[in-house]
Amino acid sequence: MMGVGRENWITGIGMVSCLGDGPDAHWQALEELEPTPDTANFAPYIVHPLAPIEFAREIPKKSDQRLMEQGQLIGAYAAGMALQSAGLKGNPALLADTDLFVAAGGGERDLAVDSAILSGLRHAEASDVFLNRTLMSDLRPTLFLGQLPNLFAGNISILHGVTGASRTFLGEEAAGVDAVHIAAARIAAGQSNITLVGGACHGARKDWLLYVAAAGQALQGTFAPVFERASRPGLALGSLGAFLVLEAAGHARARGARAIAKLSLVLSDCAGRDPLARRAALEHMWASLEPRLRPGQLALISGATGAETATAAERAFLAAHPNIPVRATGTHLGHGVEAQFVMNIALGVLTLMHGRLFRAAGSFEVERGLDGPVAQVIVTSLGRARGEGMALLEAPT
Amino acid sequence: MDNWAKLSAGQSGIRRITRFAVDGLHTTIAGTIDFVRVEPLCTPELCERSAEAAIEEALSKAAIGSRGNFPGPLFLGIPPFEMEWPQRRALAAAAARDRTVDYDSLLHAAVSGCFGAVDERFRHGSVAENLRDRFGTRGSPVSVTTACASGATAIQLGVEAIRRREADAALCVGTDASVNPEALIRFSLLSALSTRNDPPAAASKPFARNRDGFVMAEGAGALILESLEAAKARGAAILGVIAGCGETADSFHRTRSSPNGKPIIDSMRKAIEDAGVLPEQIDYINAHGTGTPENDKMEYLGVSAVLGGRVGNVPISSNKSMIGHTLSAAGAIEAIFTLLTLEHQRLPPTANYQVPDPEIPLDVVPNVARDARVRCAMSNSFGFGGQNVSLVLTREPA
Repeated sequence: MMGVGRENWITGIGMVSCLGDGPDAHWQALEELEPTPDTANFAPYIVHPLAPIEFAREIPKKSDQRLMEQGQLIGAYAAGMALQSAGLKGNPALLADTDLFVAAGGGERDLAVDSAILSGLRHAEASDVFLNRTLMSDLRPTLFLGQLPNLFAGNISILHGVTGASRTFLGEEAAGVDAVHIAAARIAAGQSNITLVGGACHGARKDWLLYVAAAGQALQGTFAPVFERASRPGLALGSLGAFLVLEAAGHARARGARAIAKLSLVLSDCAGRDPLARRAALEHMWASLEPRLRPGQLALISGATGAETATAAERAFLAAHPNIPVRATGTHLGHGVEAQFVMNIALGVLTLMHGRLFRAAGSFEVERGLDGPVAQVIVTSLGRARGEGMALLEAPT
Repeated sequence: MDNWAKLSAGQSGIRRITRFAVDGLHTTIAGTIDFVRVEPLCTPELCERSAEAAIEEALSKAAIGSRGNFPGPLFLGIPPFEMEWPQRRALAAAAARDRTVDYDSLLHAAVSGCFGAVDERFRHGSVAENLRDRFGTRGSPVSVTTACASGATAIQLGVEAIRRREADAALCVGTDASVNPEALIRFSLLSALSTRNDPPAAASKPFARNRDGFVMAEGAGALILESLEAAKARGAAILGVIAGCGETADSFHRTRSSPNGKPIIDSMRKAIEDAGVLPEQIDYINAHGTGTPENDKMEYLGVSAVLGGRVGNVPISSNKSMIGHTLSAAGAIEAIFTLLTLEHQRLPPTANYQVPDPEIPLDVVPNVARDARVRCAMSNSFGFGGQNVSLVLTREPA
């Protein structure tokens, strides 16, 4: 558990997703628009592809862009936006001492090469030799680096000059929770003064969809909000990236930076597969937060994926805490796996900045309105197989 | 400990690859783990089994906690992995026969319900979660990748957790089992691998003028870290002390380090400062020493800056000359070899050092191990992609 020691301020956020480019576009879409998933291009599956993004705004050189696959582009772009929002851009000395925690997966494939090899293998006489020779001649050397998880961070160092500690976390949803949890704990304990923490996920692609479909967890057919998929469960993959600048309060004050929110507590757990154990993990984390909560000024942003059995566990948990207005952002964003927890924290920050909760996209009874200002936001993570996490955000005082 | 005996005897574990056909490949050798049987043979499965074996060994030595109940968190350095060609081919075989294979047909085949295990096995979190279930570590099991520095990053995360007093103990592991056709070809296409396949044992030549790349290898290393107070309080045999950690990220290039060496110099200096020692107190360096022309030149530049005039007199050797480059495991395995160096007061050699490089005038402990007084040693890990970690280790508390 992290929550004692120095205060963690959030001094910058950056985000991109299917909802658009940056916090304002996200707020506007959450307030005004119905979810707009892509039901055609991956049919029968439903995904949430990235909105058109002008990557050159953060990654000006085409030569850099060519060396990065979509996931790395998303990450480097959102990271640059967060640095800009925290007022760190153009301050090389501060950037050089900024730590970098990234949650990423990678694994983007060249679909054409894979398809040609698999088709060719049907007729090849010596199949192993055919595989070797075709990979040697057809695999793009840059693909390796362009999707390598630790190069999500490597690119951020190269493009934005962030050169402190660099840690890349793997492990799907848990990677995002671990990254935020450990980054915040290091700041609280004085092991870091300032950390850029985030994640990026290019989920709207067939090579990743393949895994979710194999697990029987990919949303098909008719779109519904995440908590209303009980009869037809499934998650819709999304492409998104989000970064936060976490900073020790004293460090921020000394450079004249303001908190846009406080990250008061981050909790993580690993409950295993049993849905009852997963729900118990949520209750356990909740119990740690409860003494700090101010009912009536509190909202909850859920990381529910829509995939059962995790979503059922969270539905039951929320039903047991009936007075909290909930928003399940997966309905709008799709599921961005490693990046989802950070994205939801960033959306929680946005909620605190606006002082009110955005419109509900679903009719699930807990997605209710809130009269009066929001001063606290809880963010949950309950990954499709693992990765339980909770964070408490508070408006700056 | 077999590995120490072989390492200090200068014995290589690099062999011709028999796991898959090597026809058409420029590199046909690796340091594979062939003595651990796994089914199906794939990177995450072998990573997990190898890590299990290393953790079992560490636990039996440390005698900490009880079976299935380790009193601290798990930090695991792993390589990124994904579905491999046997899995793709199985999906293709299940796809419709009357058309060419593309991802639409694979997706169609995937929903048969027969491939759920593929999703489960190739999720990055699966290895750490299974290890957590087996060994009963506390909290979220953390998986980390900083390429060739991953094992050292896992150690660093453990050190920091203990310093934060979140736990008295941490299980820090690096594991890698990436020798499959595509991973080998990917490194090969970057011209990173040695192509001197014959004899395999002579291919990895760190710091030698005729070095021509690294040799991929597999392995796992597990360390049980404890706070000094906790270890003393329970009367544990203390094998050594992680006295300091240093880390920097390089912003120069995706595969090359800054020409001035500043990031790796700072990484080493930060580790030395964190340990509260002086550069003059470093008695030995366990090099990153991959055997690529670039790495070894840059490591020499960095070490020269840190050690100054002593650079020619401080022995520095590369385990990779014998075990190859164990990638995500290297930082953990080489930290263990550094601890064994401190324990045995004997320097493992750099094997295959037949042609000295006049531009790298180091004492690389050429070819033959030798006894030496070592109180304070440094282990370097410089990750592909610019993540550098240095550890300072001592036999006794500073």
